[in-house]
Amino acid sequence: MLNLVALILLFPLIGTAINGLIGKRLRKETVGYVACGAIGLSFFVSILVFIGLLLLPPDARLFEKQLFSWIESGSFKSAAGLQVDPLSTLMILVVTGVGFLIHIYSIGYMHHDKGYHRYFCYLNLFTFSMLLLVLSNNFLLMFIGWEAVGLCSYLLIGFWFEKKSASNAAKKAFVVNRVGDFGFALGIMLIFLTFHSIDFTEVFSAASHGNFAVGSFTVTIITLLLFMGATGKSAQIPLYTWLPDAMEGPTPVSALIHAATMVTAGVYMIARCNVLYMLSPFTMTVVASIGAVTALFAASIGLVQNDIKRVLAYSTISQLGYMFVACGVGAFTASIFHLMTHAFFKALLFLGSGSVIHALSGEQDMRKMGGLRHHIPTTYKTFLVGTIAIAGIPPFAGFFSKDEILLESLVRGNFLYWAIGALAAFFTAFYMFRLLFMTFHGESRVDHHVVEHLHESPKNMTLPLTVLAGLSVVGGFLGIPGASAIGTFLSPVFGEHGHTEISGSEAAVHHSAYLPYLMMVVSTAIAIAGIYLAYQMYIKKPEMPKKLAERFGLIYKLLLNKYYVDEIYDVLFVKPIKMGSVQLWKQVDARMIDGSVNGVARLVGWFGNVLRYLQTGYVRNYAFYIVIGCICIIVFAALGM
Amino acid sequence: MITITHYLVLSAILFTLGVVGVLIRRNAIIIFMCIELMLNAVNLSFVAFAHYLNSMQGQLFVFFTMTVAAAEAAVGLAIIVAVFRNKETVNIDDINIMKW
Repeated sequence: MLNLVALILLFPLIGTAINGLIGKRLRKETVGYVACGAIGLSFFVSILVFIGLLLLPPDARLFEKQLFSWIESGSFKSAAGLQVDPLSTLMILVVTGVGFLIHIYSIGYMHHDKGYHRYFCYLNLFTFSMLLLVLSNNFLLMFIGWEAVGLCSYLLIGFWFEKKSASNAAKKAFVVNRVGDFGFALGIMLIFLTFHSIDFTEVFSAASHGNFAVGSFTVTIITLLLFMGATGKSAQIPLYTWLPDAMEGPTPVSALIHAATMVTAGVYMIARCNVLYMLSPFTMTVVASIGAVTALFAASIGLVQNDIKRVLAYSTISQLGYMFVACGVGAFTASIFHLMTHAFFKALLFLGSGSVIHALSGEQDMRKMGGLRHHIPTTYKTFLVGTIAIAGIPPFAGFFSKDEILLESLVRGNFLYWAIGALAAFFTAFYMFRLLFMTFHGESRVDHHVVEHLHESPKNMTLPLTVLAGLSVVGGFLGIPGASAIGTFLSPVFGEHGHTEISGSEAAVHHSAYLPYLMMVVSTAIAIAGIYLAYQMYIKKPEMPKKLAERFGLIYKLLLNKYYVDEIYDVLFVKPIKMGSVQLWKQVDARMIDGSVNGVARLVGWFGNVLRYLQTGYVRNYAFYIVIGCICIIVFAALGM
Repeated sequence: MITITHYLVLSAILFTLGVVGVLIRRNAIIIFMCIELMLNAVNLSFVAFAHYLNSMQGQLFVFFTMTVAAAEAAVGLAIIVAVFRNKETVNIDDINIMKW
């Protein structure tokens, strides 16, 4: 069954080709069926591959399928090959599973859009690229997938390119990602220079068999460069600014690309390279610190945003920060576990917000919502499930994964990581319930024109919501502390260091055996505190937020304007680069390059102007020149002899 | 005894006459005749060398030269006639429009 793995890639590619080439002439229903069918088949094959993998003994769960020899140049060799192991299998299940649901949802959401076939073409292409990214068995092919998802992200953010803000956001996402990808590409080159191979298996076995000391300088540089790529793709400080703007794209796109799958590519990459990262404690500290700071930073911005999708965007950045904290302290299993549960509930939340926006004919400002729970009950119920899941109330999915990350960061990291994580968790619970209360509870602030069109979304939109809500409820049980199915499943990839067993681990022994249970209580208490505060502020005393905003005007303004990071970047990077470009254009391009080209032409023209007077028009002059020439040749020949 | 030197000197004199004629005369027809003179001066040296070296190649070349000269004479005269019809002159000082 594992041999079928190439089919997983093939189906979305066929879907892309059909919708891209002849989609315009197909009926809308056909376009939708083709796109969903492609991903559905892909999902089906992924399950087959998963079963095939489960049938193998845990130690033998690594299958490589060489598709073809891709590049051979001197000592550089790269094959296009796919790798099936527990990590990539988990990723393809999430990508195709959540992707399939979002494709179905899109049929309803994008129904009135004139770019229907274009949308599904991009969406299928994205799925293909993401699958390529997670399935490839070497760095270069992974990089191709990495770049291709970036391209699809660009195309889909700028899907409504007639809107200036959308095309700007698309450009921003693309350019910011370039910065990270630059580091990623350099990292791959350095890997080739160091290991003389870019094959995952070869590199990792070379790295783990002791050719490199822990803390080796080369490995530190490699991992830092790779992490630079991850900060771009996974929206971490300092390259996170593109993600909030990416909300200009259609909402299902935000759900699939900018929440559930693509932005987790950085986390996946670090988890994939865990062998390298474990060799560099310094990089690990950097990863964990950046993750922790991002988690808190983004969560604090999320507290005051008024655009429903932007709150979710900052929430995504914050949750990605958590995953990086987990990676940084070496708890890769917890990181991937949170990646999975986050994919479920964040996709659910985005799709739910899409349903709200759909119901309100495009309104995204939460100040113009409120009291929607009676109008769109299904959306409300599923959204509530998602909110509870992300806030971290047991036994919903987010609780287990977030709790595991917090526990690991305390056990393996230090108190500071835990404290920051806990504070961010408090913020998360608060802003998510703030969003829920502002949108669905309280008095309606909806414009009365819009009220007349209020409607629950069609079946093909509510069904994915329901399924994702189900997953958000039960997803966490895969990683129950002590009996973690996902931990056991992933252990061949992460080896000893991936997962802390509750009782067995050395680190845990140092602490009290009751610590995990204490932690559960503490994180639940934190979540409940956040929810309670939101309840007080937005249900009980709706005038309180305004007072607080006036009281702490400076902080409020700072948060509302996202710490002015965009403005700072504008002054520090964008403007100098723009000015530099203008100078390059005027001085180098216009003056030097154009100048030299035109100068050569002018010189030739000047010579021609002088020399043309030789052309007298008198034949005997020409004959005279010929004679002179002949005499010269004869004299020369005679002298030469 | 007439040696090859005599032939070559005669050939050189004839050729120089032709060159000078081309350079200093104004009448197109005379220039044309001077060109023929140059050609035939060369022919003379060909024949002389052929005799001197006991080789037929020089003789053969003369035939080619004469053929080309005949063809050239036909074309050249036709051009001169055409020019005359246009300008009513064969003075080459008046035929100088191909210049800057």
